[in-house]
Amino acid sequence: MSDEPVRAGWPLYEVFVRGKRGLNHVHVGSLHAADDEMALRHARDVYTRRNEGVSIWAVRADLVAASSPAEKDPFFAPSADKVYRHPTFYDIPDDVPHL
Amino acid sequence: MTTTDLQAGFDETIAHEWRVEPRDWMPDGYRRTLVRQVAQHAHSEIIGMQPEGGWLTRAPSLRRKQVLMAKVQDEAGHGLYLYSAAETLGVDRDDLTQQLVDSRQKYSSIFNYPALSYADVGTIGWLVDGAAICNQVPLCRSSYGPYARAMIRVCKEESFHQRQGYELLMTMMNGTDAQRAMVQESVDRFWWPSLMMFGPPDADSPNTEQSMAWGIKRHTNDELRQRFVDMSVPQAAALGVTLPDPDLAWNDDRGAHDFGEPDWSEFAAVVRGDGPCNVQRVAHRRAAHEDGAWVREAATAFAAKQAAS
Ligand SMILES: [Fe+2]
Ligand SMILES: [Fe+2]
Repeated sequence: MSDEPVRAGWPLYEVFVRGKRGLNHVHVGSLHAADDEMALRHARDVYTRRNEGVSIWAVRADLVAASSPAEKDPFFAPSADKVYRHPTFYDIPDDVPHL
Repeated sequence: MTTTDLQAGFDETIAHEWRVEPRDWMPDGYRRTLVRQVAQHAHSEIIGMQPEGGWLTRAPSLRRKQVLMAKVQDEAGHGLYLYSAAETLGVDRDDLTQQLVDSRQKYSSIFNYPALSYADVGTIGWLVDGAAICNQVPLCRSSYGPYARAMIRVCKEESFHQRQGYELLMTMMNGTDAQRAMVQESVDRFWWPSLMMFGPPDADSPNTEQSMAWGIKRHTNDELRQRFVDMSVPQAAALGVTLPDPDLAWNDDRGAHDFGEPDWSEFAAVVRGDGPCNVQRVAHRRAAHEDGAWVREAATAFAAKQAAS
């Protein structure tokens, strides 16, 4: 916006929080910040007011590489037709233990 | 893919109660309705800080100040979760703020009523946050993924809001006659505006049907209003206050309470901008936004300088 050229310059960050040790970081939302340090501070204040996290990643949204919805089907097709990657693909008699 | 294919894919997602995600194709009307609803919801959280905010420095003890501060800060957080969800629909956060301060987008009518006494802090927590919870719990299953996820975070936090309000009122009801009268007076003022928070009667809510078909809304306004009344009656009894509605009575046949009609002309006036505090609320938000401009500019200048060195 012309009356606010400065604010428009704050980049968007995607925020990921590790809930506790032993868990993956999980995406929780986004925020705008002038730089990385501010992104982390704001992420702490917005997304972890009740001990929801022990670690935060803030990633510039324009640096995230994402699969595009248009190529969705072919993109994930290689994993869809490989049923032999799942344990249920293999028939084992019920009386064989621990398998 | 043709538009028909895309529409069919979207319809399938809705029919299976799967979630629509930001990069999916969606009909223009779905996107527009969501932007309006999510932005309006975000604005409500932000403006909603004001009525109680006035009591932050006047709350009677350090404990009450602490609690109120945490509650008001949560509402700011709710606004930010929701702006974040709105932004995934392709709108710009600054633009939404501008539309709010220019009165081009709305927020919940309830926040155009003043918090005149300290008991109002309790009543707002009990009734206003209570009504918000009624509205928001079903939205945790909204068809739009980012909105549903934001609602789950919000609902987790709202329970504290309602309980701190109710506890505050219980404390006052165990106090002096003057304190009890203050609570009753506050409930008298907030009961009807709280019922209006669910929006106009179903017959006058033309968009409800489409919103429900899209899974953006899960219940009609009247269904939610009924649920809120049924929940509030025993709470009022336990508190020892009277709800200011002579028509309020249990109906055995319906298994629900009958209740009177809110003054819809008052609702229309508040929505139109003629409530007790509309002008003040927006002016305050605008001033905060404009007075903060130099901070945002300084942060940007600092970041640019750090990046260059
Ligand atoms: Fe809230
Ligand atoms: Fe709340």
